[in-house]
Amino acid sequence: MKKILSITLAVIMCAALFAGCGSTTTEVSPSAADDASTQPTAEALSGTVSTNGSTSMEKVIAALSEAFMAKYPDVVVTYDATGSGAGITAATEGTADIGLASRNLKTEETGLDAVVVAIDGIAIIVNKSNTVADLTLEQIGKLATGEITNWKEVGGADAPVVFIGREAGSGTRDGFESIVKVADNCKYEQELTSTGAVIAAVAANENAIGYASLSAVGDTVSAVKVGGVACTEATVLDGTYAIQRNFNMITKQGVELSATAKAFMEFALSDEAGAIIEKAGAIQAK
Amino acid sequence: MKARNLTEKVMNAVFVVCGMISIIAVVGISAYMIISGLPAIKEIGLIDFLFGQVWKSTASEPLFGILPFILSSICATFGAILIGVPIGLLMSVFLSKIASPKLASAVRPAVELLAGIPSVVYGLVGMIVLVPLIMDVFGVKSGSTLFAAIVVLAIMILPSIVSVSENALNAVPKKYEEASLALGATKIETIFKVSIPSAKSGITAGIVLGIGRAIGEAMAVMMVAGNVANMPKLFGSVRLLTTAISSEMSYASGLQKQALFSIGLVLFVFIMIINVVLNTLLKGGSKNAN
Repeated sequence: MKKILSITLAVIMCAALFAGCGSTTTEVSPSAADDASTQPTAEALSGTVSTNGSTSMEKVIAALSEAFMAKYPDVVVTYDATGSGAGITAATEGTADIGLASRNLKTEETGLDAVVVAIDGIAIIVNKSNTVADLTLEQIGKLATGEITNWKEVGGADAPVVFIGREAGSGTRDGFESIVKVADNCKYEQELTSTGAVIAAVAANENAIGYASLSAVGDTVSAVKVGGVACTEATVLDGTYAIQRNFNMITKQGVELSATAKAFMEFALSDEAGAIIEKAGAIQAK
Repeated sequence: MKARNLTEKVMNAVFVVCGMISIIAVVGISAYMIISGLPAIKEIGLIDFLFGQVWKSTASEPLFGILPFILSSICATFGAILIGVPIGLLMSVFLSKIASPKLASAVRPAVELLAGIPSVVYGLVGMIVLVPLIMDVFGVKSGSTLFAAIVVLAIMILPSIVSVSENALNAVPKKYEEASLALGATKIETIFKVSIPSAKSGITAGIVLGIGRAIGEAMAVMMVAGNVANMPKLFGSVRLLTTAISSEMSYASGLQKQALFSIGLVLFVFIMIINVVLNTLLKGGSKNAN
């Protein structure tokens, strides 16, 4: 099914390419040639860039593609929010131009190139009514593994700790567990399948603690300080905030990207994109 | 004449093709499940896979034991049946024997509408209303529990139980009930001692249909059950066979992904067994009616 879809898409894109060629050749005139020389890329870029992967990267990719499409009106950037693993698979199988992964490639995932587009802080979130505002990495680890089961042990109210996280394989979970050094030992009360669901669950339960991408954390929950450092873009960028991870764009080695896809990647890494990524809650990697 | 023959033949072929599509789909899906489900079972070992008590699919030394999922699925289904069947059965008795035709024609569409509500809506209502309610009423620290899943599933299986049972009750020959009433039995005695026993096979079919729906439900359960791979506990977070697949599939890779296919195979076998039971029951039922 996917194959048929991709073939039809390819055919349509080829047709669009040829159509584009046809119109440019007919319009060759001195003025058009002048335009082309002043704005070479804008003239040439058209078609579709397909991205597929991490749900945590949704905001960043949405902001980037919006800006990119505004710059090049003939380009369509698509994004499938599937998950880091699926994004890497998509890049490997060629079903997407660019795979998106909110974790670094594993050793067994070979034949791929990863480019760090942005750095994301993982915020430790608690319910708004929770009085605990500052936790150390060690305390967070103990809360996650179930060593600390009551909030009063970390200076909060006398209430049970409800630890809510993501499902196995999630980039956010992998990031959190590896940085806090609690990999495979977490005692979850709920394992939810999206960043939004974790935030909603923490907002709904007074005793909950969870983790979520900084870019997605809004007013419904509070993010605690980690070792005295608040989770903000500035602290993530200067490296003082401990729980952070990379947002990667994954491409297949040995496969020539389309000019449009290449331009999109270059755009994502450009200085121009820095402000856009920041607006989306993450920090451009330097 | 020739043209007509041709149309006949063409249309005949069209019908055959359409008929075949369902068979191709069933055979294709079965074959796919078996082919993609077996490698992981082979690698993990059937006993370790089915009876392993720990599921840690992404650990550095991964463990793939799906006993918690199997038991949770069975518990959730059994619990849903325990709550759903008495309610459903009495509801179908009400529709078939007690309610005035006018009232029944008002209640029946409501039950049918229940069947048409998408499961994600059940999950949403469960998540927003039921889960906090359980937290308050039972004083548990998190309301996303097996109990929440049972309640949601019990409501979801009502329509299948009610509609099949009601048909079975309506099919009970009037003379049975009239004979019972003529012998001096009350209306309630007649319902419980004559009508329900005669409609037994139809009612059982309804229950099995409900089991099938409950065990195969993923979306609604995923939103209320918490999805942690624990052994089933009424007020603990659980993960069922269905939610085990859907919650990890998007990020899975390698053996983890294959193991998810294997869970699918186990679920597939469960559903096949339920279908065979259902078919036998329905056949038995029609024999009795004849």
